[in-house]
Amino acid sequence: MTDAAMTAGVTTRRPMGIETEFGVLHADARQRMQGGASSAIMLSHLTVASVALLDEDPARRGRRVRWDYGDETPLRDARGFEITRAAAHPSQLTDEVRDAHVPMLDVPSVDADAPVQASERAPEGDDAAILEWAVRRSIGNAVLSNGARWYVDHAHPEYSSPEVMTAREGVLVDRAGELVAQEAMRRLDAVDGVPSVVLYKNNTDSKGASYGTHENYLLARDIPFDRVVEALVPFFASRCVITGSGRVGRGTHGQEPGFQISSRADFFENVVGLETTLNRPIVNSRDEPHADARLHRRLHVIIGDATQLESATYLKLGMTSLVLAALEAEHRTGEEILPRIELADPVAAVHAISHDPTLRATVPTRDGEQLTALQIQRAHAEAIAAVADMSDAETADVIGQWLELLDLLERDPALAADRVEWAAKLSLLETYRARHGLDWADPRLQMIDLQFADLRPERSLYAKLRAAGRVRTLVTEAEAAEAVTAPPRSTRAHLRGALIGAHPAHVDSAGWDVITLAGENGGARIRLADPAIGSAPWCAERGIDPHADPEDVLAALRRL
Amino acid sequence: MTQQFVTGPGHGEDDSAEDPTAQGGQTFASVQGSDDLLDEIDAVLETNAETFVRSFVQKGGE
Repeated sequence: MTDAAMTAGVTTRRPMGIETEFGVLHADARQRMQGGASSAIMLSHLTVASVALLDEDPARRGRRVRWDYGDETPLRDARGFEITRAAAHPSQLTDEVRDAHVPMLDVPSVDADAPVQASERAPEGDDAAILEWAVRRSIGNAVLSNGARWYVDHAHPEYSSPEVMTAREGVLVDRAGELVAQEAMRRLDAVDGVPSVVLYKNNTDSKGASYGTHENYLLARDIPFDRVVEALVPFFASRCVITGSGRVGRGTHGQEPGFQISSRADFFENVVGLETTLNRPIVNSRDEPHADARLHRRLHVIIGDATQLESATYLKLGMTSLVLAALEAEHRTGEEILPRIELADPVAAVHAISHDPTLRATVPTRDGEQLTALQIQRAHAEAIAAVADMSDAETADVIGQWLELLDLLERDPALAADRVEWAAKLSLLETYRARHGLDWADPRLQMIDLQFADLRPERSLYAKLRAAGRVRTLVTEAEAAEAVTAPPRSTRAHLRGALIGAHPAHVDSAGWDVITLAGENGGARIRLADPAIGSAPWCAERGIDPHADPEDVLAALRRL
Repeated sequence: MTQQFVTGPGHGEDDSAEDPTAQGGQTFASVQGSDDLLDEIDAVLETNAETFVRSFVQKGGE
């Protein structure tokens, strides 16, 4: 086999995205003490509805694009897409509470269970009346014009980013999610008669509850899942040294004072499994590809931390995508690339690595070796560096930073504090501790941890670090603001988001792999079984301009 | 296990905590300017940390 064959495809490039569940709290201290966690569902609905329904534009006000869960029938068309006639007509588009094509089982969405009790349409009225209606009717889903899903998941507002193809795009759509959350807080603040809300980009209350920041990657279906698990366990157990957000307190209830590298580590109890809310596994086996299941698997990664440092998010996506690319190349070529490391006790390793910010702790392998997290990560980074396509700029950058940060972390984690979130947070905590002479049990340190993740710009300690130039940034404020309304160009999120942005009254519903567009003479349901279908280049090649008149878009689609 | 590796006042004894300025532009300006930052943090930090931390209660998610 030639070197060219080996390197082919080992890049960061693949369909990916991040789902973020935000912590949600009453802004008012008295309401917070009275409401406790029981108000979380109501606050989550207010948060989602404020962005989904409170629009000044009368065409958008009180109306959302419903979520389409997709359906189970496999796509028969080998081209990867399918257009079917839909009865939808703009005048028939009601803001039904029930989302489209809701499967009856196994969808943990508030919407799926919402009883239909009253009028289907948001009332004419002021913001408070619309919000009150949304809460009463459990409006829990919307699709945004950047292609994201914005919804209530259990008792948290969740932003599920549009699909992108690169780690940098992933950072951009993740930043857009922070801005959506900020917009929700501002809107609720401005409405009399509804509570103000504070949103947090973190993963635990340190009282036993954890909420997720999940990554999704599309992966070749033909790799045996056992091999996927074997390859990912040592990588996932140790990647937090670069991707961890840091956390004050140890144990699910923060019962032991101290600092640890990962906010999520203590909530993991299993190596592999389907669950996400209890007995959480290092490798989650959920597999709904939202794409052609004969070709693709969706790897749903639940072991990541919520991060605000853009470099941390960028490297998390880039490094993980590269490991998957190496895994695919191994399968394709039969040549070993990734290190063969079998941890003796993976769950114990996750905890031990997270609990040691000195990075000196070792974890045993089945071969009887003792490895540090830095050694495990270095073995991955070097193995991938040897085969990756370094002509791809992002790939070379991710690998370069990966290796460089491992060196810096080895010397002194504080040297990585401009890019590694736990190191940034720990540096801040240590200087604060030194100034006030605090021990780790002092509640002010847990306060700093929480307020680091507070998304209100004037309160956020992360924002202070950023404003002081202490952390690197990858995207500009203007780019992030644009990504709130404009979808990424690289995937089907382009078609979904651009149609919603240009013709909100004509998009009946949308999901990851489906869009229903209404027209005067009937509509179309478009199924997209490959995330590349519907991208800006794909649309341009086929003469589909999502901003054109909806009838022209429908005509162009029917010509396909 | 020590958690004293971070540069900052009073942790100079560990030999991994070399002079950060000698390490080629990648440093976190941990001492210079940190006073201003800490002042800002003191200014925005919730006044009653203990009460706030107790009231930060979430439901599980995912």
